[in-house]
Amino acid sequence: MASKTKQFEWNHKHLLGLRDLSAEEITYILDTAQGFEQISKRAVKKAPALRGKLVVNMFFEDSTRTRNSFTLAASRLSADLIEFTKKSSSVSKGETLLDTARNLEAMGIDIVVIRHGAGGAPKLLSKNINACVINAGDGFCEHPTQALLDVYTIRKAKGSLKGLKVAIVGDIAHSRVARSNMWAMTKLGAEVIFVGPPTLMPGEVDRLPVTVSYSLDEVIEKVDVVNVLRIQFERLGGNPFPSVREYSHYFGLTVERMKKAKPDILVMHPGPINRGLEIESEVADGPNSVILEQVTNGVAVRMAVLFLVNQAAAAQKNLKL
Amino acid sequence: MKVILDSGQIEQVLDELAGRIISENPDQSELVVIGIRSRGEILAQRLSEQLSKKLGKDVLCGTLDITLYRDDLNSPQGSAQPQVRTTEIGFDVSDKIIVLVDDVLYTGRSVRAALDALIDLGRPKAIKLAVLVDRAGREFPIQADYAGYKTDVAPGELVQVNLIESDGKDEVVIE
Repeated sequence: MASKTKQFEWNHKHLLGLRDLSAEEITYILDTAQGFEQISKRAVKKAPALRGKLVVNMFFEDSTRTRNSFTLAASRLSADLIEFTKKSSSVSKGETLLDTARNLEAMGIDIVVIRHGAGGAPKLLSKNINACVINAGDGFCEHPTQALLDVYTIRKAKGSLKGLKVAIVGDIAHSRVARSNMWAMTKLGAEVIFVGPPTLMPGEVDRLPVTVSYSLDEVIEKVDVVNVLRIQFERLGGNPFPSVREYSHYFGLTVERMKKAKPDILVMHPGPINRGLEIESEVADGPNSVILEQVTNGVAVRMAVLFLVNQAAAAQKNLKL
Repeated sequence: MKVILDSGQIEQVLDELAGRIISENPDQSELVVIGIRSRGEILAQRLSEQLSKKLGKDVLCGTLDITLYRDDLNSPQGSAQPQVRTTEIGFDVSDKIIVLVDDVLYTGRSVRAALDALIDLGRPKAIKLAVLVDRAGREFPIQADYAGYKTDVAPGELVQVNLIESDGKDEVVIE
C-alpha cells in the first residue's frame, strides 16, 4: 500500500476560499472528487469515510441547492448531520455567531458548513473554534465549492481549463460565485471575461485578473464557456438597470445569441434560474447546457471537500499527540 | 535486499494461479477479476489475460479503490495521506465469483477494507482472494485462497513488489 514517491499532501482543515489556494491544491480537490462520483451511482450509495463524524449545516441565508448538496454529500460519507437555520434557532433571539458556534462545538461537531451574509464570517469562525470550517458562501466574497464544481464540470467536458476563454455574465458586483470562479479558473489557466452593465461591475475590477466587456454580443462568439449568473433581486438596491426587459435584451443568453456561439460552447448557471430573464428556457434546457450536470457534480465535489478537511484535521491532531 | 521472484518467476506464478483458479471454479461463466489499487490492479489485469487465454474467452477485469474503507483514515500513522482514486468496475458484481487480487497479503487490513467496498457494489456469489506474495504478520482473520509465493519475513522487513507498469521492472524483493 505504501507508495515510494512522495506525493502531494492536502493540509488545510478549512476551506474558506479559493483565492489563497494553488493550482496544484485545486487540482487535487478535483482529482479526489473523481473518486467520489461513482458512489452516487452504485447499489449502496454510501461509504464509511466520515462514520462517527458530526457535520453541521449553518445557513444564515436561504439556500436550496448548496444546502441539499452538502446534506447529501455528508450522508453519503456516513457522517451525522445537524441542520441549523437562522429562523428556527436562537439566532433570532439575538445569539451571536461565535456563541452559536461554541454551543454547537460543545456538542462535539467536527465540521461546520457555513453560509453567511457577512463576508469573512467563515474566517472569523475558523479562528475561534476547533472544528473544520467550510465556506458555503459569504457575502460578496467567495463561494468556493460552487466554483470547484464549475471547474470540475468544465474539466470533465473539455479535458482541461488551460487556454479556455470563459465569459461570466451578469451581476458581477454582488456575486461571490463570479469571484470564486475567477480565482479557480485563472489559476487553472483559463482566461476570464466579466460581462455585464457597468453598474453591476465591482469597483475593484481593474485590479482583478480578468478582462471586462459591456457587450455580450462582442464576447459570445469567441468563448468556450459561458457562465450565466442569476440576477439577485434580493441584493439589488437602487436601479442598476432601467428594466428587466432591457437587461434581458442586452445580457440575456437567448437562442438568437447562441447562434453566434461556438457549436461546442458550454452553457452554465449556478441556479436558481430566472427563466426568460438572464437565460432563455430553450438555452437552459438545450444541448449545450450542463446546468444539471453541475448539480450532480456538486455532490461529488462537496464529498471530496468534506473528506479532505477531515483528513487534514486528523493529521494535525496526530502531530500534536 | 534479496530478490525472491524475478520477472520469469512472476510470470510463471501468475500462470499457475490462473490454472488453479480455473480447476477449482468449474462455473467459469461467472468468474471476474478485481484488483486493489494500485499494484493489485496491474496484477489483476495480467491474471485476467492469463485466464482469458486459457479459457478462450474474455474474463472481465475491474479496479477497486479502498481508500474510503480504510480503518486508519482518522488516525494516520505518519504515513503519506492516502489519495482517493476511482473505482473502475464496468460490470455488475451481483452473482459473480470475484477473484480479488492484491500484490502482498500482510496484516489483512487492506483485504478487510476491500471486502466491505465490494459488498457495497452488490451481492457477489463468492469472493476468492489471490495474492502474489503471502507474508507472515496477519492482524485479521483473513487468508488467501490462491497465494503465488509464501514467505515468513520478520515484521521489520518490507516485501516490495515491483512491476513494469508502475516501477519499470518486474521483481519481488525483501528489503
